[in-house]
Amino acid sequence: MSNVGAIQDSAGRQATAGSNATADHSEGMGYLETLPRRVVTTYIPLLLILFVLLFPFYWMALTAVKPDHQLIEMDKVSPFWTWEPTFKHIHKLLFESDYPRWLWNTMFIATCATFISLVASVLAAYAIVRLRFKGAVTVGALIFLAYLVPPSILFIPLATVIYKVGLFDTPLALILVYPTILIPFSTWLLMGYFKTIPYELEECALIDGATRAQILIKIILPLAVPGLISAFIFSFTLCWNEFIYALTFLSSTQNKTVPVAIVNEFVDGDIYRWGSLMAGALAGSLPLVILYAFFVEHYVSAMTGAVKE
Amino acid sequence: MANSVAEMPARQTSFRSERTAWQKLKASPNWLGFWYMMPAMGILILFLAYPLGLGVWLSFTDTKIGRAGVFIGLENYIWLWEDRVFWTSVFNTLLYTTVASAAKFVIGLYLALLLNKHLPFKAMIRALVLIPFIVPTVLSAIAFWWIYDAQFSIISWSLRQLGWIDHNINFLGDVWNARWSTIFANVWRGVPFIAITLLAGLQTVSPSLYEAATLDGATPWQRFRHITYPLLTPIIAVVMTFSVLFTFTDFQLIWALTRGGPVNATHLMATLSYQRAIIAGQLGEGAAISTAMIPFLLAAIGIAWYGLQTRKWQQGGSNE
Repeated sequence: MSNVGAIQDSAGRQATAGSNATADHSEGMGYLETLPRRVVTTYIPLLLILFVLLFPFYWMALTAVKPDHQLIEMDKVSPFWTWEPTFKHIHKLLFESDYPRWLWNTMFIATCATFISLVASVLAAYAIVRLRFKGAVTVGALIFLAYLVPPSILFIPLATVIYKVGLFDTPLALILVYPTILIPFSTWLLMGYFKTIPYELEECALIDGATRAQILIKIILPLAVPGLISAFIFSFTLCWNEFIYALTFLSSTQNKTVPVAIVNEFVDGDIYRWGSLMAGALAGSLPLVILYAFFVEHYVSAMTGAVKE
Repeated sequence: MANSVAEMPARQTSFRSERTAWQKLKASPNWLGFWYMMPAMGILILFLAYPLGLGVWLSFTDTKIGRAGVFIGLENYIWLWEDRVFWTSVFNTLLYTTVASAAKFVIGLYLALLLNKHLPFKAMIRALVLIPFIVPTVLSAIAFWWIYDAQFSIISWSLRQLGWIDHNINFLGDVWNARWSTIFANVWRGVPFIAITLLAGLQTVSPSLYEAATLDGATPWQRFRHITYPLLTPIIAVVMTFSVLFTFTDFQLIWALTRGGPVNATHLMATLSYQRAIIAGQLGEGAAISTAMIPFLLAAIGIAWYGLQTRKWQQGGSNE
């Protein structure tokens, strides 16, 4: 149990750690390095790694707008660029397939599951951190353990459960199951945020006769908005990314989510399928990347926060 | 602070002794806590704890899709014990996990150290690094599928232009090529997560430690070995536990790239259990494969836990 205590302590500290480090950060010892040395030891390796990390996306985007014949005639035209971009694949995707429907399914399921998880996590995190009921620490540790149970060992029994309760092939199945992945993560993240809110604020409200529910809604939640945004974005991304449950629980074409549909519906053996396949992958990634671009800092703090605790 | 929380309700009761039992109950942290925990615990028990137990039970039955099974003891496990494909999948899973996790750790740590230096456009570079982690695995796996195409692979094409090879590489069609290709795709996807979390850890290390060490004549390697590494150990242990767990139970990358082929060469335990349980309909057998993953997972968690405890004890933490 000592470990859990230590883990919880670090959560609060962690929230402020970033700013501490920057405050402490003067020049560092960077000036000791000469420019040629920096180029060799820092810039070149960094550029190489960045190139490898980003190339698949460039390739995805390029293939999505390349005319079909250029995909296979690599010896006539350089494959790394195209001067005749076409929107044929994207057009086909959006107007001649069920893609918009799949995109809508994914968004709908992700939004509902995230919302349910956030409500449950806020209540659970508040109860563990501030109500301090009997066994709160144990429950916190159990929730952390739940985070370590991977979907790959749960999907078979869950499929039988889903089938028995008659939710097979409905979006509701995923909306109810995804929170099992999201709640443990969001609860731990929010526990860290709630701990940084001074208890004195709550004490004042209690003395003034506020109930716990009022305190939670009117005091804690407004102060924990950054944490809520982090938890929301990260959960939303996890839902969007989830594959094995969606693959197992959904069977009809119009119910599928984007990742499952791409793998199952686009693979028709056509040699020219790559254009629409890449357009599909691109269109499925862009909403998340755009969301991410607006909330990079929240995203990073969600990721590092969940791990550091 | 913790004490004052516990005392609050008690103090209120003494002030107003005329409160009814119901009011007392309403203010009791245990009662409130129970209701606040209800939604989270309800979902977790119903869709996580119960299926976990049910999975173990299913592995001792001969349940098929559409047909309830009966208890058959260890038959599924005996069957698997003699199944060469199962052992191939165990071997693949261990290879995949070990090689990919080691590579992710080394490259991730290296990238974190690079990003921790003074760089122009640092925030933008960090944001770009994370993109592979944001994009859904299946979608980036599809991009890799195209990059690994047997005929039109851009890698084969580039290497041929450079004159390094004269035949296209059959990335996903050859047994060992397929294994390395999937491992590479996994490393590609996992490095950003490890790099960014370790970077967050590195930023908490005070630069004055490095300055002091440099004044004392420490080499860069010594600075890394005796300052960075010890201070980073706890976060490394946590990050790597997550990484190992998720790599070990990976499903989507393999399913999108190879579906376990060629000739089962890339089947992981998760993909094999899906194939046996859902596609072939042998739920019991599939559940046995999933259940066989649990000891490995427990071992990974145990090692990480042990590592954390030892480190804490060495650093003078209490050892209750």
